[in-house]
Amino acid sequence: MAKQPIITVKNLVKNYGDFAAVKGISFDVYDGEIFGLLGPNGAGKTTTLEIIETLRDKTSGEVTVDGLSIDNDANKIKQRIGVQLQSAGYYPNLNLSELITLFCGLYGIDKTPTEMLEKVALTDKAKSKYKELSGGQKQRFSIATTLINNPKIIFLDEPTTGLDPQARRNLWDLIREIRDNGTTVVITTHYMDEAEELCDRVAFVDGGRIVGIDTPNHFIDQLVESGFERKKQVKMANLEDVFINLTGKEWREG
Amino acid sequence: MAIAVASFRSIIRSPSAVVFSLAFPLIFIVVFANIGGSAVSVEVGVAKTCDTINPVYQVLKKTGVVHLIKDQSTADMASNLSKGRGMDAIINIQKNEGRTPYTLHVQYTNASEQKGSILKSLLNSIFYQINSMGNPNPQPVAEIKATTIKGREYKYIDFLLPGMLGFSLLSSGVFGTAFVFLSLRLTLVIKRFFATPVKKYSIVLGEALARLVFSWIGALFIILVGHYFFGFTLIHGITTVANMLILSALGLIVFMGFGFIISGIAKNDSSVPPLSNIITMPQFLLSGTFFATTAFPTWLQGLSNILPLTYLNKAMRDVAFEGAGLGDVTKDLVVLGIWFIIVYAVAVKTFKWE
Repeated sequence: MAKQPIITVKNLVKNYGDFAAVKGISFDVYDGEIFGLLGPNGAGKTTTLEIIETLRDKTSGEVTVDGLSIDNDANKIKQRIGVQLQSAGYYPNLNLSELITLFCGLYGIDKTPTEMLEKVALTDKAKSKYKELSGGQKQRFSIATTLINNPKIIFLDEPTTGLDPQARRNLWDLIREIRDNGTTVVITTHYMDEAEELCDRVAFVDGGRIVGIDTPNHFIDQLVESGFERKKQVKMANLEDVFINLTGKEWREG
Repeated sequence: MAIAVASFRSIIRSPSAVVFSLAFPLIFIVVFANIGGSAVSVEVGVAKTCDTINPVYQVLKKTGVVHLIKDQSTADMASNLSKGRGMDAIINIQKNEGRTPYTLHVQYTNASEQKGSILKSLLNSIFYQINSMGNPNPQPVAEIKATTIKGREYKYIDFLLPGMLGFSLLSSGVFGTAFVFLSLRLTLVIKRFFATPVKKYSIVLGEALARLVFSWIGALFIILVGHYFFGFTLIHGITTVANMLILSALGLIVFMGFGFIISGIAKNDSSVPPLSNIITMPQFLLSGTFFATTAFPTWLQGLSNILPLTYLNKAMRDVAFEGAGLGDVTKDLVVLGIWFIIVYAVAVKTFKWE
């Protein structure tokens, strides 16, 4: 498969004073894939994302997004990406429709709120306020705001943290759907089952460096070849499957 | 523009903004207009020996401003007068045999100087009219007109309302701006905005515009309520209102600068109120919001004369009551301008986006 890189990061470094958060990261993200940035807290995932999203200045290195350099074309890049922040709030006292209208205004784009809310199945919540939504609904709404400008790439920073299994699976379906519509997705997560299930390729980040980048399957195969064995016999199902089986697959409101 | 609309919607729905900019000033106006409402009527005791069938007395009786009290004993009157309690002056009119048919003895009290002076000017104008009646030569019309204009009373509402407007602008500008920007920063709303192609200045302008429109609506509401329910004087009608709104805008812009500074300094929500109060309380008390600064000792007046709200209030009163145009209050505007420069110079240094 000759895949076209849509994001290239070369020797990216970010220092906060004496502390080096990112110590020379290089990777490519291919057009149309779901790319996962994995790693422990404080590994530099969010910093890396925010630099690519043009929200943070880099110390050194090169980043191009869709052929545009983040140094010169930050504004053009912003037109082409959608960003979901880890814990972003939304304008207080506004309902979802009004928030969508606000974001349309920010992008200078004419879209109806219903159209956007339909994409994430939140039309019945159009008159609710953001803080009245459940965790899963909040994340889906966040994703809706990232899609307003028909971005080529969307960045999702830990979108499933704190969600129950149903909401999480529901969100995976949504993310896959977005990918299938031709949008590249860059996602960070702490959940390896999620990365394994969802991501086409993943990069492991630790201590500000990339320690491995490949497809989830390759990583697992390699580890098995090297003689690694799980202590516990792998069963055909896990506890989450039991949970879903017992509590039903349909996604809960509230 | 989208930010302005969104922000405006948000402000309208936030109860604290509405309470601070509309309800508080209105409550103050209602309360103080009713307490100070007696300023409109001057309590005048009528001495027992007073001749009540003379023209001066009849005219006084007809004036709505003067409330004549006859049912108190001479001793009670004197005691009440000295305390300024329900008694602002005592009159005693005597019939004379000489050239001037009547002599009016007035006793004022320094317990109630303000009302005493109202009465004084009132009596002067009455005397003027009566004396001219006795004069065979018809008085020029212009002269009489002059006395009636002097007779226009300066109601407490005329003093209070501009002050309340200033207070409303101050609290909306400082508290509102500080809270909104701090919470937008803390909840990463601003950061999320930055991920869109929107410019920084549009965020600030949008916010400012929304607050301005909101404050204008509030100001208009206060002015109209004041005008129709409490008889607030608008000399040139609509023009005066327009001038007041322009002043409101200028004041608000300066006060918003304080808000920006506070939102930059404050670490979290709970540090906003104390910081804002440091800015608003002194101005609230010292800038002639409720009472004239001339009542303060000189050193305090010096302080009052530094504060921007003092000048906004002064300009407002001149425009509303004296009918001054914006050009006539240039001095006040210049002081506001100086504050604008100082405040925004500090704001640029302290303001934080993230």
